[in-house]
Order: sequence, then structure tokens, then C-alpha cells
Amino acid sequence: MVPLFIATAALGALVGWRAWRAAGLSGSRGAWTVAPAGLLGPLLTMWPMDSCTFEPNRTGLDIAVGVVAFAAGAAVAIAVVAWVGRALSLPGGASNLDTGDNYGSWKGGRGIPWLLLLPTLVILAFFLYWPLAETFRLSTHLVRLNAPIEPYTCVDNYTVMLGPSIEWWWVVPVVLLALVAAAEFLARRFADPVSDLPGGLRWLRGVLMVVAAVTVAAAMFGADYRRYFANTLLFTGAIVVVGLAVGLGIALLVSLPIKGRAVYRTLLIWPFAISPAIAGILFSLLFDPLIGMLGHVYEALTPWSMPAFATNPVLAKIVVILASIWKNLGFTILFYIAGLQNVPTSMLEAAKLDGANAWQRFRHFILPSLTPITFFLVVTNVTYGFFQVFGSIEYLTKGGPSGATTDALTQIYIVQNSNVGEGAAASVVLFAMVLAVTAWQFRASGRRVHYGA
Amino acid sequence: MAIDVTAVATDAADDSAPDRRRGLRRGKRTWHIHLALIVICLVLCAPVLYALLVTTQDKSAMLHFQLFPGSALGDNLHTVLDTHGLGTYMLNSAIMSVIIAVGKAITGLLAGLAFVYFRFPGRGIVFFIVLITLMMPTEISILALFNIVDQLGMTNNLSGLTVPFLASATAAFLFRQHFSNLPANLSEAAQLDGANPIQFLFKVLVPLSWNVIGALTVIEFLYGWNMYLWPLLTVHDDDAQVVQVGLSGLQQTGNEGITYGPLMLGALIASIPPILVFIALQRPFMKGFALSHDK
Repeated sequence: MVPLFIATAALGALVGWRAWRAAGLSGSRGAWTVAPAGLLGPLLTMWPMDSCTFEPNRTGLDIAVGVVAFAAGAAVAIAVVAWVGRALSLPGGASNLDTGDNYGSWKGGRGIPWLLLLPTLVILAFFLYWPLAETFRLSTHLVRLNAPIEPYTCVDNYTVMLGPSIEWWWVVPVVLLALVAAAEFLARRFADPVSDLPGGLRWLRGVLMVVAAVTVAAAMFGADYRRYFANTLLFTGAIVVVGLAVGLGIALLVSLPIKGRAVYRTLLIWPFAISPAIAGILFSLLFDPLIGMLGHVYEALTPWSMPAFATNPVLAKIVVILASIWKNLGFTILFYIAGLQNVPTSMLEAAKLDGANAWQRFRHFILPSLTPITFFLVVTNVTYGFFQVFGSIEYLTKGGPSGATTDALTQIYIVQNSNVGEGAAASVVLFAMVLAVTAWQFRASGRRVHYGA
Repeated sequence: MAIDVTAVATDAADDSAPDRRRGLRRGKRTWHIHLALIVICLVLCAPVLYALLVTTQDKSAMLHFQLFPGSALGDNLHTVLDTHGLGTYMLNSAIMSVIIAVGKAITGLLAGLAFVYFRFPGRGIVFFIVLITLMMPTEISILALFNIVDQLGMTNNLSGLTVPFLASATAAFLFRQHFSNLPANLSEAAQLDGANPIQFLFKVLVPLSWNVIGALTVIEFLYGWNMYLWPLLTVHDDDAQVVQVGLSGLQQTGNEGITYGPLMLGALIASIPPILVFIALQRPFMKGFALSHDK
């Protein structure tokens, strides 16, 4: 474990150096401030686990999980210390951590704000923070319903999700990433500075980094859990990409200056009030091979009869995706209509005078001014895809046929009947996915969201 | 302003020459847009329309795909309401959703008041602690939450369904943003008048916040009404069950196969309250999110 401590301490020093330098402060002071966080942060996870993964006679997978837990503890500590420490070092000190608005201070009564916040804080502490901590605890125990004893099992609940060994194909994107990074480095050193080749390579490197991260993670999981998490990503990706594209198209159409717009809007938007569970019920009827509307249409148009989605894995996935997109489409349309109303017209008029055609105006003016709304819709649709599709799945396929439509949350619900601890471990992985996706979205939005006008 | 924007959107949508816009303004040549929109509306409403049709049909009519209503509606209604007690489920769902929506509005108002009108040590940190919970959806720790609620003896009843959801970062954040945008001298005037914070909240801030309250009510009522996994885990008594889970009892009311008539009728009835709430509060919903403000 000693080399790991050295590595995280060095990482902390590096992060601190860069953060302090970026803020115009002394880099070495930053390094000295954050390095202890890298050194002590791993104890956040190692101490509760009693460092069990690094005992002798542990398997390679145990140690791999242990390293991830070690790194996670270090990452949390480094992030918090770097953020707070830098804010305190900047001129202004502790006031940098305040929320910014400086007006409207009510006089008298020091306890009053805490009294006002009490209900919110108590509920959040009891029903969000405590369960999250409890999830981490459960994930290292074997917990069966109604069993009085919950034995400590170290990281067995995690290794159960992982494959017998790491698949070989994780190498492919990693090697590609290395090649692209090397090419970018060379291009930057030797290429003609006017050409934008390094820019393209940089973009490619960014994409490959995401692909490589996902692939390496996927290669570690066993076949079953890889499928559950892949289903989650597939459903979510389809909901986001198809839902947003179709939603924007419909919003553009219904924003045209025609009669009866208000009626069309209401007709288009209301399905979003319907629950995922009921969307599942409605689509189970629609796709029923015997009496479903689409079954009848399919029979009329082709010589075959419709396959049953309950037994056809591909059709089952399609039905779940369609039901989920249909349920959330109204929400997307609603927010895009609102976004289109806020597109600055002066810019569009000017662009038109300059001879920009409809596509150019859409691509260069309408789309950029919609990016804040798009960002919001991506966030909400990702949350929906991760956590709400379960209701539709339960009424459509219950995760079948043989796991083809089981997403992570469905698996968590299924497995808690035999071992709550394994469900908790899967929840922790899902939580890591949420954090990764959120961080990635904020990075992307920080670069691209357009706050013009 | 809206007309100009949408006129530009026209071009983008049907890829026509800019000149066509003038024709559109005069109301000519819009039939193809109407046609497209009608088709889209029909496609999007088809799942519900077909379900509506099926609620009136018996099995043989469904098998032969008849596009006119049958005569089974009365029987299905009887099955759904009398035999399977959909009314109880609906009532449970309604009580739960109203408590959640009202509770979140109140805790959110109080939190927003504290964050905007008071300065206290640690305000920034506390706000961060509240805001970061946006990244911890209940579903992540739902098994642990169930354990905790079980230990507190709140399973199988209304308290377990509502108490964990009586506060949220969304509510606190929405009201904080809204209050920050109100004129700063409101609180000074109220203090000169000798009001206490609670009077200030309900006499001054609430009347200025109806749009945000409406928007939050829509979101949280739908959230509560459409919740599925949590009641599935915590409620086992049929009398305390909510409608989203209770509908599963309608899947097989007869002896063979899925009984679609009663199931669809139940599903449609269960969708009426959230749709009504949404349509009734559509305007404050849009305004509360500052989505339709004119510049």
C-alpha cells in the first residue's frame, strides 16, 4: 500500500500546484496544502474497510477493487481540500465560500436562519445522506431479508459483478488513444501552426478518452453486469439522442406562425404527465402480438405476424426505448418551445441580411442560443433514463427475455431479494456512473454553453 | 418578437427559401405544416387513443381490430372500480402527492428565506450541502433508505411514502433563485413595519412567488403521483397501496392472459389527475421557470 500512498500524495501535490498556479498563487504552497489530502484521503475508504483488500491471499480482482476504492477516497479528499483551500488562500478568505449575494441581511435573531433551514436539513440528512452512507456500508456486507446477522464480506459484493478476468479488448481504444495523443504531441511540435490539425486531433483525443474509460470499465465487469449497465447506457443514450432530436424538430414545427398553435402544443405536450409505469402499460397493448394496433398493422403490411416482444430480445429493447422516449418527449418539446421564444431576433435579422440561409441560421444562431436549454434537457433526460425507465420495464418485460431489458435499477430491485448487499454494491457503481456523467456534462457545457444575449 | 423567431424557425424546419415566410404570414401555404402537425399529434396520441378504444371492447373485438367502440365499458368499469378498488389506490396516490407537493413548497420557501435574507457563518457551505444532493437521486440508495424507513417503523403507511420526500434541493434552489431576483429593499421595508420573518414570508414573498410555487407544484405532484419503485418496496398492504403499483392487479382479472380492457381503463383513469394538474398549472409552470418571459 505504501506505493499507493506515495502516488496519491504526488497526485495531490500536482493538483494543488496546478490549481494554485491557475489562480495566480504560489504553486508550491498549493502543492504543500493539497498533498496531505492525497496522503490521508484514502483513509476515508480504507479505514472503514479495514484495508481488507490488501491482506495477503487476496485475488487480483479484490486488489483491483481495493485500488479503485483507495483512489476514490483520495480523489474526494483532494477535490474538497483543493476547492476549499484555494478559496481560503485567495484574497477575501472565507467569504469566497459564501454564495455571493450580499444583500438583504435580516437584523437580529442569530438562530432564525438555522430554524428555517432545519426541516430541509433534517430531511436531507435522514433520507439522503444517511441512506447514501448506509449504501456504502451495506455494499460490504452480506445482507439477506429477515436474517439477523449481516456478516462483513469485504468487497465480495463488488467482485461478484466483475468478470472472472479482465477482457482483452480494453486494449484497443487505449492503444488508439495513445497513438492519437502521440500524434497530437508531434503535430503540435512540428506541424504548420496555421493548420488546424492539432485541433482535430485534440477533439479525437477527447472522444477516445471517454470511449477508453467506458471500455476499460466495461471490460472489468462480468457478462451479466456488463449487460445491465450497457442496457442502462443504451436506453439513456437513445432517450437523449432520439428524444432531443425529435423534440427539437417538433418544437420548431409547432413554433411556426400558424393558426391553432396553442391547440397543437397542448396535444403534443401532455403525455409527459403520464407516468413511466403507465407508458409501459400503454405500449404493452400497442405492441401486443395478438391484439396490439401495431401487430395488426404489421400483419396487414407484411406476410408475417409480429414477433412477441416478450420473447424477442431486440424488439423488447425497442419497445422499452420507444415507450420511454414517448413518455418524456412532451417535456423536451415544452422546453424547446420556450427556448425558441427566447432566441434573440436581432441577431437572426442581421444574419438574414448578410445572406445566411435557413440551415446556416439554424446551425449558427438558433442552435447555439438553445445550448443552455439543451444542456438542461440532457441532464434531466439522463436522470430520467437512469432512474425512471424501471417503471416502464416492470409493466412491459420485467427485465426479460433473459435479461435483455434489465437495466441497472431493475437488477438492483431483482437482486435485493437474495442479497441486499449486492444491490447496494451495484448502486454504488451506478452512483459512480452518475457522478462521471455529471462531471463530463459540466465540462462539456463549460466549454460550449452559449450564454449570449 | 415571438412571430419573428418562429418565422425563422419556419425556414429551418421545412428548408424552404426565405421568401416563403411572407406567404406564411398571410396564412397561405400552411396546409402542409398543418398536415405534418396533425400526423405527429395522431402518432403521439395513438397509444392513448387505442387504449381508449380497447377499454370499450371485449376480447373478440380486440382480436379482430375493430376501430369502433364496443359495449364492454360498463363491465370494465365495474371490474376496475368495484372488484379491484381503484378508488382506494387513487385516493392514496392523491393524498400522498398533495402532501409531498405542499411539504416541498413549504420547506423550500423556508430554506429560500434563510439563504437569501440572512447572513450566517457557513451559509455557502450549507447551500453547497443542499445543492449537491441533486447528484444523489433517491434511487441510488433506495435499498438503504428502505432499511432506515423500516427501522423507523414507517413502512406500509403514508408516513413512509411522504416523509422522506418532504424536502429537496430543487425546491430550496428554485426559491433561492427567485428571492434573489426580487427587489432588495423588500426586507428592509418589512423590518421597518415590524414584521417577523414568517410574516414577511407569507405576506410579502409568497404573493410574489405564485408562479414558482405553481411550477414546483406541477413537478412535485407529478413526481409523487408517478412514483413507482418506492411504493413497490415499502407498501405491502393493499389498502395503503398507490395507483401506479395497484394497476398491476388489473393485469389478470380473468382466467386467461392479460385482460387489457380493465388494465387500460385503470391506466387511463390513473392518468387523469396528473394531466389535469399539468394543464391547470401550465401557465405558472412556464413562468415559474422563467421560460416564457418577454425580453
